[in-house]
Amino acid sequence: MHGILTMIHLTLHEARRRRLLLSALIFGVAFLALFATGFHFIHRDLIAHGLTSQQCKLILTSVMMAGFYAVNFLMVMTAVLVPLDTLSGEINSGVIQTLATKPLYRVQIILGKWIGFWVILELYLGLMTGGLALIGRVLAGVAPPHMVLGVLLMGLEGTFLLTLSIAGGTRLSTIANGVTVLGLYGIAFIGGWMEQIGTLVGNPASRNIGILASLLVPSESLWHLAAFSMQPPLMRDLNLTPFSPASVPSGAMILWAAGYTLAALAWAIWQFNKRNL
Amino acid sequence: MPFASHWAIETFSLGKDFGKNTAVSSLTLKVRRGEVFGFLGPNGGGKTTSIKMLLGLVAATSGTARVLGQPVGHVPTRARMGFLPEHFRFHEWLTGREMLRFHARLYGLPERLLDIRIEELLKRVDMLDSSDRKIREYSKGMMQRIGLAQALLNNPDLVFLDEPTSGLDPLGRLLVRNLIGELRQQGTTVFLNSHLLSEVEISCDRVAFVKSGRIVREMALKDEADQLEVEIRLRPLTSELLKSLESFGNDIRSEDGLVRLRVSTEESLPEITRWLVNQGVRVYQVQASRKSLEATFLEIMGEDHRPG
Repeated sequence: MHGILTMIHLTLHEARRRRLLLSALIFGVAFLALFATGFHFIHRDLIAHGLTSQQCKLILTSVMMAGFYAVNFLMVMTAVLVPLDTLSGEINSGVIQTLATKPLYRVQIILGKWIGFWVILELYLGLMTGGLALIGRVLAGVAPPHMVLGVLLMGLEGTFLLTLSIAGGTRLSTIANGVTVLGLYGIAFIGGWMEQIGTLVGNPASRNIGILASLLVPSESLWHLAAFSMQPPLMRDLNLTPFSPASVPSGAMILWAAGYTLAALAWAIWQFNKRNL
Repeated sequence: MPFASHWAIETFSLGKDFGKNTAVSSLTLKVRRGEVFGFLGPNGGGKTTSIKMLLGLVAATSGTARVLGQPVGHVPTRARMGFLPEHFRFHEWLTGREMLRFHARLYGLPERLLDIRIEELLKRVDMLDSSDRKIREYSKGMMQRIGLAQALLNNPDLVFLDEPTSGLDPLGRLLVRNLIGELRQQGTTVFLNSHLLSEVEISCDRVAFVKSGRIVREMALKDEADQLEVEIRLRPLTSELLKSLESFGNDIRSEDGLVRLRVSTEESLPEITRWLVNQGVRVYQVQASRKSLEATFLEIMGEDHRPG
């Protein structure tokens, strides 16, 4: 445990020293400030146009969903890019040789880094989604339903991609790892849309391709599930926004994604344990 | 914890293949506890791979090895080992002192002793005034010295130094040489891999020459330094004569009327000459010299080896 804690400390210290936390904070606050400004003016205009409170709520929830969609994208990029070279870079530079010859099991190196990056990712997600919720609540009294569940699902999506990025680093170079994990995310992304469009137009082939892609990389399914849970039933049923999924992944997809994440982490540990450094 | 074995390192036919390439073919080696052991060979001879196998960084494809009485890769034993890689690198955004603190924690040094030990080592490697600078600002020599401090944080029983004088100026090399001397006095086993044969000659008790991933010769430098290489030009040269010369020395070789042998003292020279004359042999030349480690290295490696 001592070794894992020391590795977590190093990872968090690195994020601080390399100004990762500061950049995330500055641009996160800038993002939220911009969102709050836009949200405020939209809310003011909606009231000026004499819309009912229910109509206002629906439209403002759509705006908030756009905000969550953007946050989800930023979190995905953070999950993939931040830990990208943590292992491959250290293996390539030889830094890992000094670490791996200490009284430390290799599994402790992986877990320490994984937990350290996970804490950073979830803090970022918490800051951004918490900020959005606060803006909605304070400026217009709007709060997406089941937001905690939605954020947890987004958190699982980030955890999954973070784990893929760390796992890839045990075997691939930094560039190859980045291309691979973003490529997998791309498959999930387009697969997710194929599934939605296939469901909307009643094309089972397109829908099945999408489901297959979701099984291969379940990240986009988790977002669709998060988006579904954070919308009022009326919005979901009428497919009022691009964030209202026509095909809703089942709860089993959560178990699949969680199991997949654990399997990817186990694979990373196994690969790192057996590779020559 | 006391050593379970008299040997700090024991390897038995240790081998490593990378695909079809053999880096180390059959390394059988024993390093005594408390000795300074030099591991010599040309570039690509398998030295670094051998060290990495002993440290558990690279898995052997054949053979076995024990380090400090435990199988290679035994994690608790690493608390008693130190390692300076050939090109020491660490996170450049840390200061030298922060890096040492981090490694000291990994070694499990108690917090109350940590700063005292770091201060002591920074002084010893002459890095006290640069310890709060970021590693990215360090010169190559400073990197080696802070790396050396890192390798000694835990006061190891066994330390692997892979080219410790790489990038160091003459003063830095002197510092390393003195440090190795201190480690020997403390009873620390030092496994030294270096290209600077003059440094090895001064620092090591024993050396092994590795060629094409195999140990081709081991020798004690103390004994070797005391021996003289004697070259005698004589006629006639017979096999009986060569056999009789064995009573004066060892490692006897002959070529074109020239006999070479090693003797332990200068006093052997008049004795050999007298004996040869009494045998009716015509002696044209007797020449004695102490053989440098470099000459031995070149002789062992042969001329087929290209510069690395």
